[in-house]
Amino acid sequence: MAKVNSKPYQREISNTRWYWRNETYMRYIARELTCVFIGIYTVVLLVGIWRLSQGQVAYETFLQALRSPMSIVFHLVALAFSVYHSVTWFNLTPKALPIQIGEQFVADRVIIGAHYLGWAVVSVVFIFLAGVF
Amino acid sequence: METIQADIAIIGAGGAGLRAAIAAAEADPHLTIALVSKVYPMRSHTCAAEGGAAGAVKADDSLEHHFNDTVGGGDWLSDQDAVEYFVKEAPRELVQLEHWGCPWNREPDGSVAVRPFGGMEIKRTWFAADKSGFHILHTLYQTSLKYPSIKFYDEFYATDLLVDDGHCRGLTAIEMRSGRMYQFRARAVIIAGGGAGRMFPFSTNGSIKTGDGMALAYRAGVPLKDMEFVQYHPTGLPNTGILLTEGCRGEGGILVNAHGRRYLQDYGLGPETAVGKLVLKTMELGPRDRLSQAFWHEQQKGNTIPTPWGDCVYLDMRHLGEKLIDERLPFVRELATSYLGVDPVKDMVPIRPVVHYMMGGIHTDIRAATPLGGLFAAGECACVSINGANRLGSNSLTELLVFGRRAALSAIEHLNSDAQAGNDAALSAQAQAAQDRIRALFMRPVGTESISGLRREMMDTMELNAGIYRTEKGLAEAAMKLAELRRRYAAGVSLHDKTNVYNTDLLQALELGSMLDCAEALVLSGLARKESRGAHQRLDFTGRDDMNYLKHSLAYYHPSEPPRIDYCKVVVTKSQPGVRNYSGDKK
Amino acid sequence: MTDRSIELEVLRYNPETDSEPYWQRYSVPHHHEWVVLDALNHIKENIDPTLNYRWSCHMAVCGSCGMMINGSPKLACKSFMRDYENLIRVEPLAHFPIERDLVTGMDDFVSKLARVKPYLIPKQDKPVEEGEYRQTPAELKRYKQYSMCINCMICYSACPEYGLIPKFLGPAAITLAHRYNLDSRDGGREQRQEEVASGEGVWECTFVGACSEACPKHVDPAGALQQVKIASTIDWFKEQLSSWLK
Repeated sequence: MAKVNSKPYQREISNTRWYWRNETYMRYIARELTCVFIGIYTVVLLVGIWRLSQGQVAYETFLQALRSPMSIVFHLVALAFSVYHSVTWFNLTPKALPIQIGEQFVADRVIIGAHYLGWAVVSVVFIFLAGVF
Repeated sequence: METIQADIAIIGAGGAGLRAAIAAAEADPHLTIALVSKVYPMRSHTCAAEGGAAGAVKADDSLEHHFNDTVGGGDWLSDQDAVEYFVKEAPRELVQLEHWGCPWNREPDGSVAVRPFGGMEIKRTWFAADKSGFHILHTLYQTSLKYPSIKFYDEFYATDLLVDDGHCRGLTAIEMRSGRMYQFRARAVIIAGGGAGRMFPFSTNGSIKTGDGMALAYRAGVPLKDMEFVQYHPTGLPNTGILLTEGCRGEGGILVNAHGRRYLQDYGLGPETAVGKLVLKTMELGPRDRLSQAFWHEQQKGNTIPTPWGDCVYLDMRHLGEKLIDERLPFVRELATSYLGVDPVKDMVPIRPVVHYMMGGIHTDIRAATPLGGLFAAGECACVSINGANRLGSNSLTELLVFGRRAALSAIEHLNSDAQAGNDAALSAQAQAAQDRIRALFMRPVGTESISGLRREMMDTMELNAGIYRTEKGLAEAAMKLAELRRRYAAGVSLHDKTNVYNTDLLQALELGSMLDCAEALVLSGLARKESRGAHQRLDFTGRDDMNYLKHSLAYYHPSEPPRIDYCKVVVTKSQPGVRNYSGDKK
Repeated sequence: MTDRSIELEVLRYNPETDSEPYWQRYSVPHHHEWVVLDALNHIKENIDPTLNYRWSCHMAVCGSCGMMINGSPKLACKSFMRDYENLIRVEPLAHFPIERDLVTGMDDFVSKLARVKPYLIPKQDKPVEEGEYRQTPAELKRYKQYSMCINCMICYSACPEYGLIPKFLGPAAITLAHRYNLDSRDGGREQRQEEVASGEGVWECTFVGACSEACPKHVDPAGALQQVKIASTIDWFKEQLSSWLK
């Protein structure tokens, strides 16, 4: 006869594999992973500022490096992840920031829409400042 | 056997048990209160009550109105002194619950809103959408966590009361998670164990409502009072027995038969009122007994709709509109949609009467005291009696509060007057005997009687013979059958599961024992009551007989024989028995 | 109306006879309107009286019958067999110790619930004789959703944080604290913050959102916890600001 436990049974949870258990967990881990790319992108930006401080030649070299195929691929990936992060985050904001006017709560899509609108406005301002227009 | 000492032991942690525990803890923080419950408190069946709780607070209402509605609704079998106390305490208790955080629905000015219910002259039902019982239970449970003197013994099944020298001095209970038996020694015991609706196959009651509290008192010699009065709720989902609150009709829902016709006007509840215009205390806002009986007559006439789950009529709420239904009856919509696939916003919901509530129970006086010293009872398991022969909707939630508190206060009075601890050796011997009985059940080899088989036979006979309309012949057959089932249970029931930890085979065996005892008390009381009153309708004695039966039935337990039926007086103070008039013409 | 039979695999465990849980397979009839709980009751009544599980109301309000059904935490009384294929696997709620078969230990949840003081701590004491506190329908609506928790513990079972870090107070307890914090009659937020904003409290939450997806009563604990985080952050900034101003 097998050894009897004689007490409540505690199931083990794997520290490293739990997120494969279902789709929600996988989506969550994907959202968390996006921060790695956003982090690297931030480092690249900081390097750019540092190179700028070293003078025009240094900055030109940095810009040259940005045009390499590797760099473009990285930027596309980082862009995709940051868009994913923003979209998932925007969709969650009505939970975190409910707004009650009178008796009713403002509809989720209004709060989400306001975030997209804000995003669009900020983007246009930056594109304008960058001298595209 | 381990012994747990307490000043007050409470059996059952639903609405009444929790209210009693809080009242005791507030009255004297030095008391030790053992709250013994076979389920975690928030699982108690109070949580399934939907419609609301009655209390007269609005300017157009009065205690007098609440009194008259209750007494008339109960077909004059209520004790009027108890009703008077009840209606007086009701508003205070509901406000108290509000102060503890209960999310009652509100008027725009911030005061508590009320809705109409069946059998009411004035609307007075406080409600929290259609989850009033749920919110009451959770408010009480969460509030009870404030008091360190309340000790929770969750998932402890009480098996026996310990009685010495005519006084209840404690109980024995099995801890489900270990299978160990404990004796609780207490100077006062309050039973708040709920109803026994599961003795019927088609019931709104949860699986836990097996009459254990009633059986505990009954076996200890306390009579069960007015057990023949079983309330059928007119609107249950036909496949599951899930309750659709009376609030559906309180908000304006109507009942129609197979021909699309409203029918209540044919049964003394008319004249027909305009759809969408609420007239209180008539038509769909008549009392539950009358509405369930009207269904039976429609069924006899062939006016019902056959469904795979039995004959039905329709509850039509379509004219209320989606907004009102979502605001005031969201749970009803969810229940009907998911369990029956019918959305009340768009379709008529098939419904049929379903066993809902026991008016009868442990015999108590107006102080919630039983005839056994030191033993008190409150809630559905008790019969004070305020409900008489038919309870008005929304009086039961208030009753939990009023008499839960009352039981605690009476228990404290008892502590102050009777300080004795009882004979230790005698009580321990009783506890040992209780444990030996359970052991014997474990030792018995598996036989041919199954728990589920006996339970099925009991349910079938109750459904067939003790339903909305009853006869001498049917009740006599049920009495014979139940005597036989009790014999077979005593001689042959056995356990397949012989282990200790969370043994629900054992639990169900014990629950079945409780139900069989309660069922027999019910049937024998019904057989002896040769009249029709409230929820007890006899096809062979169709009229109310105040000369002979304006009295409470009392069923006394016998271990191997059917109960002895006796009677006690109904307290009549200011309302002489009259005609129950639910016709809209009355004014 | 049974059209076919369906296989139900149940995770069994008896501490008195087993060293670890094992699967047991039962064949049950399939009825269109049956829920998984009906199938379990069918087994208990007709096949195996030694199977153990909790249940009571059969209408999704008592919260007893939370269990893992094909890997997701669900109420057995609200999970229709018709929504599953020919094999349904039923396990006790994840993350909780198994007491016996489908019965899990509740002590951890119950003690955590008590720790957050889930009761009204009135802003102003008012004698009962003076009647009810005023609360407008808008004020009621502000917290109503968070008062709908039936303590079924499904959110704890869905929450990977709770699985990995058992000391986490968890979704339901914090949500109930938030429910009282939002109540216009309540003044107890500061007292609750000791537990709620502590290391074991809301900051263990990383907003996976699984609790809200799983919640059978649409309480949205994930939303409540994010609101608690924002409020706690504002508290912190206010504190810093006021100490700086001194």
